[in-house]
Amino acid sequence: MERLFFLIFASVAVVSALCVVLFRNPVRSALALMLCLLQVACVFVLLRSPFLAVVQVFVYVGAVMVLFLFVVMILDIRQAELEAFFPPRNRWLMYAIIPVITFEFLLVILGTSFEGFGPGAGGETKVEVIGRALFTEYLLPFEVVSVLLLVAMVGAIVMAKKRWD
Amino acid sequence: MLLNYLPVLLMSGFAAFMAGMILYVSSILSPHHPYREKLTAWECGMEPVGDADTGHFRVHFFIIAILFILFDVETLFLLPWAVVIADKSISLLAYIEMFIFIGVLAVGLVYAWAKGALDWI
Amino acid sequence: MLDSALILELAIMFIKVFVVGSVLFALPIPLTWLERKVAGHIQVRLGPFRVGPHGVLQPLADMIKMLLKEDIVPEKADKWLFRLAPIMTLVPTFTVFVAIPFGDKVRIPFTGREVALYISDMNVAVLYILAISGLGIYGIIFGGWASNSKYALLGGLRSAAQMISYEVAMSFAVIGVVMLSNSLSLVEIVKSQSGGFLHWNFFYLPVGPLWFIIFIIAGFAETNRIPFDMPEDEGSLGAGYHVEYSGMRFAYYMLAEYVAMVTVSVLAVIFFFGGWNPPFNLPFHLTGETAMFVNGGWNAEFLNLLAAVIPLFWFAGKVAVFIYSFMWIRFTLPRYRYDQLMRIGWRVLIPLSMVNILVTGFMRI
Repeated sequence: MERLFFLIFASVAVVSALCVVLFRNPVRSALALMLCLLQVACVFVLLRSPFLAVVQVFVYVGAVMVLFLFVVMILDIRQAELEAFFPPRNRWLMYAIIPVITFEFLLVILGTSFEGFGPGAGGETKVEVIGRALFTEYLLPFEVVSVLLLVAMVGAIVMAKKRWD
Repeated sequence: MLLNYLPVLLMSGFAAFMAGMILYVSSILSPHHPYREKLTAWECGMEPVGDADTGHFRVHFFIIAILFILFDVETLFLLPWAVVIADKSISLLAYIEMFIFIGVLAVGLVYAWAKGALDWI
Repeated sequence: MLDSALILELAIMFIKVFVVGSVLFALPIPLTWLERKVAGHIQVRLGPFRVGPHGVLQPLADMIKMLLKEDIVPEKADKWLFRLAPIMTLVPTFTVFVAIPFGDKVRIPFTGREVALYISDMNVAVLYILAISGLGIYGIIFGGWASNSKYALLGGLRSAAQMISYEVAMSFAVIGVVMLSNSLSLVEIVKSQSGGFLHWNFFYLPVGPLWFIIFIIAGFAETNRIPFDMPEDEGSLGAGYHVEYSGMRFAYYMLAEYVAMVTVSVLAVIFFFGGWNPPFNLPFHLTGETAMFVNGGWNAEFLNLLAAVIPLFWFAGKVAVFIYSFMWIRFTLPRYRYDQLMRIGWRVLIPLSMVNILVTGFMRI
């Protein structure tokens, strides 16, 4: 039964991920990406990590997608404008990057033995456990995150300020 | 434990199905007489000029979205903290850590405020 | 794999989902009538009075009218997204109710079987509710964009920006509650507030009332109700994101708004006012065991059921107070300007809640 659900979620995720790339309209691509991320959240639930699943919905589907859509709506998304922003003569760069990334992914996937990657034996991962680990073991990374967030905030404001001046 | 999350699928399926059914019933019962004036976008009674999505909106919407993501991530870190804060064995340490965390983000908010990113006019 | 216990559990789950979903679909029938009556009496009129006694059949008439209206899809709209957007707003508001507890477990008479008055008690319910209710924003953005109308797009962008700004304040207020109750499960949060009204999170002085105020202001903004109903700012936006919608699709946006209003009321009760807990301890305990001890036999079974159902009335009563105050405020306060709205969100509520988190944390150490 669980396997059936996994197959449904996984196949919808793959199909919607393809749709993200294949749709011509960026807003429809964003919709497909949302669907894909929701399916991944469902897979997280199957892996007994509901906290991770809701985090996925909360941050990626709930917040990052809003940013995507805002950018799409604030910029002119028609062909001519996009080409001025990303001229066709620079496309070879993109074509060069794609095989490199594909190769990297294949290397990582084939090089990993997925033993012990299934759902944990102790059932659901509890939030208390995550909290305890975060504030004792992973103390430094946690504080680094705050600096990262600060840098992101400052960077975004500096870049956007050019546009509103 | 997985049974706890099955109703999420059931409820979204039920709501979508009911919504679709009601729309179907409505499409049978309702009239359908389209004509050009009815199908144009509303623009205070004038003829609509150009497309809507040509990007003449303020960049402030973008800043708000960025700030939203950052505070969303902060919320995420606060939630496990809020669960363990009353646990005496680690509460003091966790409190000091969170003080620094919120302090750093407050600096960001003050920066955004001072640069006028929060001004809407 | 599929033994009878599992089938029974699944059947109960189906029934619960069906009941809760149907009640939510039928919710606008009493609420629109109540809203118009409240509006009428606040403005010294009678409100709806023609259809049925005191106009109680008015919502049914409205429903039939909505069903019979033409479903207009503008020529230049993105037709597929335009049709999908209202449903995208509707579905998350319904799905939130999966995690909401209406009462504790109830023992059904003569069967000895316990049925919980909630669909699912998730360990991450608080974050689940924040995440799923945040998804309602997409129907608004897509609806505004797909209409290909300037007013709709600007309205969609504005209400989206409003919702995300206040979602931050809302999340912070919820974190305050989690700090007071130390759990992400709503059932646990309610149970931590049992034992009289002094144990309610609202009365955790001095931070409790402040959290409640932040929560309820953010809640009003999240549900796009007056005084924060920018999407319906007729003076500057026409009707905002749903300016091009008609018939049932328009009704779905309204339905989503009503369900969201009920969600905020329910959450306010669960988070701050003890959920189904009574405000004071009754002098006699109507628990199943004592009743069984006193009477024995089938009388005890019904007393048992009664003891389990009374909390449901407390819950509904508290929620009703909040729903009424939503309506009361709608017809009392004027609307804020958009820049004022953003200023309240980012410059008042968010700094205030950051300070409040540190104060509450200090009190909880």
